[in-house]
Amino acid sequence: MSLLDILAHQLLNGLVLGSFYALVALGYTMIFGVIKLLNFAHGDLYMVGGFIGFIVLSAISSVVGGGWFGIFIAMLLSMLAVGFLGVVIERIAYHPMLSAPRLSILITALAVSLVLQNTALALTNGQYTAFRSDLGFGGITLGGLFITYNQMVLVAAAAVLMIALEFFVTHTQYGRAMRAVAVDADMCELLGINVAAVIGVTFFIGSALAAAAGTMAGAYYGSLWYFMGFLIGLKAFTAAVIGGIGSIPGAMLGGLVLGLLEALGTQIPGIGSEWKDVFSFAVLILVLVFKPTGLLGRSEQERM
Amino acid sequence: MATDDRPGAGTTPALARLAGPLAALADNAAARRAGIVALLALMVVAPFVFGEYATVILTNALLYVVLALGLNVVVGYAGLLDLGYAAFFAVGAYTVGILTLRVGVNFWLTLPVAVCTAALAGVIIGGPTLRLRSDYLAIVTLGFGEIVRISARNMSITGMASGLSGIHQPWLFGWHIATPRDFYYLFCVLAILAVAVSVRLADSRLGRAWLYVRYDEDAAEAMGIDRVRVKLAAYVTGAIFGALGGVFFAVNLGAISPESFSFTQSVLILMAVILGGMGKIPGVILGAMIVILGPELLRSLGELRLLVFAVGLLLIMLFRPSGIWPGRGRQQ
Repeated sequence: MSLLDILAHQLLNGLVLGSFYALVALGYTMIFGVIKLLNFAHGDLYMVGGFIGFIVLSAISSVVGGGWFGIFIAMLLSMLAVGFLGVVIERIAYHPMLSAPRLSILITALAVSLVLQNTALALTNGQYTAFRSDLGFGGITLGGLFITYNQMVLVAAAAVLMIALEFFVTHTQYGRAMRAVAVDADMCELLGINVAAVIGVTFFIGSALAAAAGTMAGAYYGSLWYFMGFLIGLKAFTAAVIGGIGSIPGAMLGGLVLGLLEALGTQIPGIGSEWKDVFSFAVLILVLVFKPTGLLGRSEQERM
Repeated sequence: MATDDRPGAGTTPALARLAGPLAALADNAAARRAGIVALLALMVVAPFVFGEYATVILTNALLYVVLALGLNVVVGYAGLLDLGYAAFFAVGAYTVGILTLRVGVNFWLTLPVAVCTAALAGVIIGGPTLRLRSDYLAIVTLGFGEIVRISARNMSITGMASGLSGIHQPWLFGWHIATPRDFYYLFCVLAILAVAVSVRLADSRLGRAWLYVRYDEDAAEAMGIDRVRVKLAAYVTGAIFGALGGVFFAVNLGAISPESFSFTQSVLILMAVILGGMGKIPGVILGAMIVILGPELLRSLGELRLLVFAVGLLLIMLFRPSGIWPGRGRQQ
């Protein structure tokens, strides 16, 4: 393979990886926007989404098959289920803590994350679960680059979800309310906006996007693990920070940038794939040091 | 009171009633002194009473007391969430491992090196992030914890995935610290030192600055407290505690591997701080005991151990955020 082919191949890998990061980062950034909470449990909702998608697909694959249509149904149901799970978590764990000290709600989020992780650990005995699907390995060759249909569908699906979200946020009443709550929740309350409902909707959408990513990642990589949400949670946070936390287009951009940085960064001599995660955390720390508002974030002097 | 729980930390009536007698005990100075003497006496005789297995477990619990007290300075005193505390623990352990095995330095000379390395790491990580929103620190420390673990696994100087083994047991003025009982007493001394330092720190000028910053950062700054410097002091102090814990952990076990310093390790130490009652020294000690002795007493739990702790952590945060140990001065 020529250098150009390797580069193109890594760009494609980065695009796929970046789509997952972006979907998870969106939920992170939206939830941060409305209640200023770093939801540590968000990565674990991705994991739960993967498992629910797997269970649904196992149940319906005899009827609709394990192809993209089956996965699509599994993804939708998983999004619905995890969306509700997100709302329940918010109502039970975060809502009573909204006025508590910052540290308390952060620890609560960590506790929720650990409960989800360890429930999955107990149910799967810590084993990898094979996510079987009949996606095949077909694709097209573009120059020296082989693109599978799976990769195309996946990136397209992620793009559709992001465009739908962008439309929702900019063109609907709830979207407008969501942006208003992110600016000033107390003022929204005074103006008669049902802030609790807006927070609920935000959690639903954010969690559902994570579940979509989880189901697609499960089908694409072919396996699920109780701990798979930990790393992607961290990466998605990194993506959200790169794009500017609180900014929805920023999360999409940040996800893609991080995916590409990782795919290309591991090609630099001396940085093998075993250093991939160190590489992205180093990027996170550097961004926080030199440009904490990220690429598209507003500069605000806010401390808590 | 300096070791009071945080604002808004309500106590449900049922729990308050349960905690009543214990709180009375904690409040009575004479009873407290008698309790401390009894506890020290128990520490001295414990290895003779409970046998070797229990001694090993207790040694581990004492290590956790040291680590949890260190993290308590960061979380309990200064109110910063550190999710990568095991990284400093690893820095201490690997400093000893590398210097004694690869360079041949005397064990006791590695101590100051480990402390300086950990403090430096604390400044590098804490310096830039502490200027930002304090929740950024949580996630940056999480990333830092992973960086340290993955680096230890990938570098040949740290022995890759299998880690370092054959770390020599130290000599102290002709005393070869070798048996489990020797190490138990060594860790007793460490834990007592950690408690003493924690008490002194809480009552110091710096300790009061931490309390102020934790309650109201802006007001503290208005009173002339440099909040970044004060927070950095807490973070670095915690790092030093962690590194010292790691140093003695390494010589006790004689072998270290990257997986001893995973995220789970950081979480367990954090649970020790929060379950018992963050900011309160007896509470943190109680928490460390729960985290280490709990699984020993409930062997049948097996894999569910962490789930039980996680649910416990969630319930504590929702219903009794000041921890199990009774808080003082809040029962009206």
